[in-house]
Amino acid sequence: MAYSEKVVDHYEHPRNVGSMDKDSGDVGTGLVGAPACGDVMKLQIKVSPEGIIEDAKFKTFGCGSAIASSSLVTEWVKGKTLDEAAAIKNTDIAHELALPPVKIHCSVLAEDAIKAAIADYRKKSGQGEDEAEQAAG
Amino acid sequence: MTNITLARAPGQPIYLDYQATTPCDPRVVEKMIPYFFEKFGNPHSRNHRYGWEAEEAVEIGREQVADIIGADAKEIIFTSGATESNNLAIKGVAHFYKDKKDHIVTVVTEHKCVLDTCRHLEQEGFRVTYLPVQTNGLIDLAELEAVVTDKTAIVSVMAVNNEIGVIQPLAEIGAICRKKGAFFHTDCAQAVGKIPLDVNAMNIDLMSISGHKLYGPKGIGALYVRRRPRVRLVPMINGGGQERGMRSGTLATPLCVGLGEACRLAKAEMGAEGERLHMLRDRLLNGLKARLPEIYVNGDLEQRIPGNINISFAFVEGEGLMMGVKDLAVSSGSACTSASLEPSYVLRALGLDAEMAHTSLRFGLGRFTTEADIDYAIGHVAEAVEHLRAMSPLWDMHLEGVDIKSIQWAEH
Ligand SMILES: Cc1ncc(COP(=O)(O)O)c(C=O)c1O
Ligand code: FES
Repeated sequence: MAYSEKVVDHYEHPRNVGSMDKDSGDVGTGLVGAPACGDVMKLQIKVSPEGIIEDAKFKTFGCGSAIASSSLVTEWVKGKTLDEAAAIKNTDIAHELALPPVKIHCSVLAEDAIKAAIADYRKKSGQGEDEAEQAAG
Repeated sequence: MTNITLARAPGQPIYLDYQATTPCDPRVVEKMIPYFFEKFGNPHSRNHRYGWEAEEAVEIGREQVADIIGADAKEIIFTSGATESNNLAIKGVAHFYKDKKDHIVTVVTEHKCVLDTCRHLEQEGFRVTYLPVQTNGLIDLAELEAVVTDKTAIVSVMAVNNEIGVIQPLAEIGAICRKKGAFFHTDCAQAVGKIPLDVNAMNIDLMSISGHKLYGPKGIGALYVRRRPRVRLVPMINGGGQERGMRSGTLATPLCVGLGEACRLAKAEMGAEGERLHMLRDRLLNGLKARLPEIYVNGDLEQRIPGNINISFAFVEGEGLMMGVKDLAVSSGSACTSASLEPSYVLRALGLDAEMAHTSLRFGLGRFTTEADIDYAIGHVAEAVEHLRAMSPLWDMHLEGVDIKSIQWAEH
């Protein structure tokens, strides 16, 4: 299968590969997928006291599209509020990377990974989903 | 051995996918060329020279095919390839003997064209036993012996597996079939020209051959059909009764010539070429092992053709890896490369965990593979694996001593 230039670029020069301390209070970790399915993504966000995502890191086991999707979202979430980041849709990722239909699930996984990281951060910082909604409103 | 080289355009990857197909050897092409224009006759035209010279060429080809498997030329039927040969062998025998026998035995790691043919026959009411394989990819002979009965019309076991290159014990299988009175068919698409084959010594009753897997042209193959004791088939293609009535249609003279010449060359060069490939394969495997921890060979390493190695690179997904080894043309057992998103059924049949099946690459070495190709491949693969492991959450867990099986994954 031929990959889009953007997928190749993220694959060859992945942005923000790495890990943060998952036990740190300002870090949220999302681990989604399964090795048996051929794709696992770990996405971590570091959130400022003001609720802004200051940094993001990823590690991905998966195809080129999965790696590119996770690399892309680490770029996108930086500087966003949690709610802005949670609004990122897999279709935006798939569109940006020009993913073919068989690779849509890789972008779905990236969306799941952000949501999981945000949920983890909120749980740790003592905000439930509902409270967070209110805070944003 | 040949000193012909396979030229590569700039940016064209090194070809290491010889189980998918092989280039048609230029010596084969040269032999075929006159039969397109100057000697274009219909080999079945009995009335003039055009026909005679084409027929003579076809018959030489037939003898060359017979010769590489120890058969008689009269026992060779030309077909369009191994897919057709497998269909004809299995359906043809099943249909011919259906009043007396209704059972077929095959193996779970067969090529799709055998498995799909068997599924089709199941729908018609035949019973099919799919034998499992052991972790090395080979069948258990005692298990085979236990399932073959006097109702078994045909046992179909491939000689060499296309993904993992393992060689089934043909002579032992042949002996069991002969003893039990079942015909033995073997898909030798990946075996002819790679390992010595003898239809009599191995008690083979039907054998499928493919041109493009042995440096011959695509679009041609053959089916060996034993004459003594006679194997009978219901043809799939009816018509003018060519090929002893088993496969009607005008033969493609240049393709028959090409298949014959490919067999002649393969037989002449098999010994030396086998040793050369064995050396290159060991060089590849040892080179990779020296650079990379946690790599595993899939399938038996001893009972294996020299031109194949299938390796799982733990914690690195196969399709992602293929993208990284863009200077190599290889294939992967990863689900991501298949439309079904299921990892290779052959690797799963070995008992490999799905996660390991996802991390495999198949390297196919062949006639035009050089030592320089292999040395380049080692460095290139090692770099790609290291690049991807540095990005792999599973590799991190492995380094931290976390057993990835102990984690509750949300499988989808
Ligand atoms: C083991 C095996 N059998 C059958 C086939 C089909 O052969 P052909 O392409 O000649 O139809 C192949 C090739 O993919 C093969 O590897
Ligand atoms: S991770 Fe399997 S297709 Fe993308």
